[in-house]
Amino acid sequence: MHFRTRGEKIFNVFNYIFMVLVCLTCALPIIHILAVSFSSPAYIAGARVTFWPMGFTLEPYLFAFRGGRFMTAFWVSVERVFWGVGINMFLMVTVAYPLAKSTQEFSARNYYMAFFAITMIFGGGLIPFFILISDIGWLDTIWSLVVPGGLPVFSMVILMNFIRALPKELEEAAMLDGAGHFRCLALVLLPVLKPALATVALFAFLHHWNEWLLGMIFMNNPANFPLQTYLQTLLTNFGALMRQGGPELQQIIARLNERAGRSAQLFLGMVPILLVYPFLQKYFTKGLVIGSVKG
Amino acid sequence: MGSATTNLPQVQPPGNKVKKERYFGSPIRIIKRLRREWPLHLLMVPAFIVTLIFSYGPMYGLIMAFQDFNPAASFANSPWVGLENFRWLFSQPAFIRTIPNTLFISISKIVLMTLASIIFSLMLNEVRVSFCKRFFQTIVYIPHFISWVILAGVMQTLLASDGVVNQFIISLGGDRVAFLTDPSIFPWTMIWSDVWKGFGFGTVVYLATITSIDPEIYESAVIDGASKFRQIWSITLPLMGPIIVLMATLAMGNVLNAGFDQIYNLYSPVVYSTGDIIDTYLFRIGLEGGRFAVGMAVGLMRSVVSMILMSLSLFFAYRVANYRLF
Repeated sequence: MHFRTRGEKIFNVFNYIFMVLVCLTCALPIIHILAVSFSSPAYIAGARVTFWPMGFTLEPYLFAFRGGRFMTAFWVSVERVFWGVGINMFLMVTVAYPLAKSTQEFSARNYYMAFFAITMIFGGGLIPFFILISDIGWLDTIWSLVVPGGLPVFSMVILMNFIRALPKELEEAAMLDGAGHFRCLALVLLPVLKPALATVALFAFLHHWNEWLLGMIFMNNPANFPLQTYLQTLLTNFGALMRQGGPELQQIIARLNERAGRSAQLFLGMVPILLVYPFLQKYFTKGLVIGSVKG
Repeated sequence: MGSATTNLPQVQPPGNKVKKERYFGSPIRIIKRLRREWPLHLLMVPAFIVTLIFSYGPMYGLIMAFQDFNPAASFANSPWVGLENFRWLFSQPAFIRTIPNTLFISISKIVLMTLASIIFSLMLNEVRVSFCKRFFQTIVYIPHFISWVILAGVMQTLLASDGVVNQFIISLGGDRVAFLTDPSIFPWTMIWSDVWKGFGFGTVVYLATITSIDPEIYESAVIDGASKFRQIWSITLPLMGPIIVLMATLAMGNVLNAGFDQIYNLYSPVVYSTGDIIDTYLFRIGLEGGRFAVGMAVGLMRSVVSMILMSLSLFFAYRVANYRLF
């Protein structure tokens, strides 16, 4: 690169130090939780754990896997992600394709767009929504969590912009060969849209994994709580939840610190996010930039 | 109550206006068009039905705000009470105070988040080693992707009176800070922890803008003897101007959204005086307290005001930066 003055060199050093400090503030809270979750009760009670486990133990994790409702809630969340992302993807694709057409090709396009756009700006709110779901009889079912938000309008717009950015010739060629709209969408567009689909699928996954409020409102039976809703109940009364463990767990519970038990479950709740994180990095940011620039 | 601020601005080229075709033409033309376009209509059907039921359906429920709603009797049989629910609300100091609380917390968040994201993206842009740059980005994005439920648990642990943050403060010779239970500190805990969660991801938009600036501009500035600081002040920042204005405008449309997920999971009755926001009040009174009609009155006012704010912000975003969402 070009020459550097002394001032620039000094700035550079400070810049790197600043960056490292900022990164530490972002990472250390999570590392602290991890350290607490692996530490023995005596050290936690003495507030001696900082960023490294003291008196290493796996019991908080054994408790999460074997006792309480952690695993039940985990599987509810897995089921929710399966149905939720599936429904989201289906509805987004079926809506984004027609809406990516111009008004000449699809004369009702703007009316549909307005129909969906209005829902982004105005909504009935939580209470009528709750009454509606309970009138349909969907309380305590997984459908209450995955169908109502079936079409995430914002992600759909991103997908629509992706489709618009594709060269028109792609579709025209398929149409000339006699393919209709359905075949064109399934066989020509979907394969080239993979990065875009990955982006919006990740959005959908994140939403369904992280969402907790609907689970709390729509589920009366705690056995139906998705993971984040279950974790929310931990925030206030982990002690009470621990005491619900059966007799076979009492041995573990007796040696378990509340804070460690909770930290372990909070950390396990982050694991799926951290696992897809490399893909998030790759598609999320890049996909966001490409998808938003209209072609 | 999701956050929808991650879309990048789209600047459309002016002109190229297509001649508008009238939708409701003669019946023959409609049939002709339907014959050509029916597959497209068919594709819309599932999403149309879902949206109609679950997004438009609840809007009908808003009439409840003007009723003395009784769950056993449902909408049709509940007596009309006019503005009684609204009158009751405005006689409640507990409701009135949520308005300044909401505005203070959310405006502070917008201002500080914008500043933090801009400063961080400028400094990150000065990191020339691309491996380091990617590494820093990877780390600071993480909190954005983790839910407030989990982060609330993390915050509770960190900010407890015997938590690591207070231990650190004490080791420096300070006094314990009651981050989550002191009403004068609680709003700032919310504001800064939200900035902490979101500033990293907030840089995505600004970094994309900075990297799109033509390097020749900097080269000629260097030849003219401009220092690094001068380059940032006179080239980078002015060129980021439109995007900053745009992002701030869009954020203002969301100003009633002070962060329900975060505050609900971290507040307690001790800090209601400064920390209770419109959304948490609505939830406590309307759903947890079972006063559906009152909750609905709050919800209706909130929906109407935020619709006006969002429409205004989208309008200004269009006028100022030619931004169009659709």
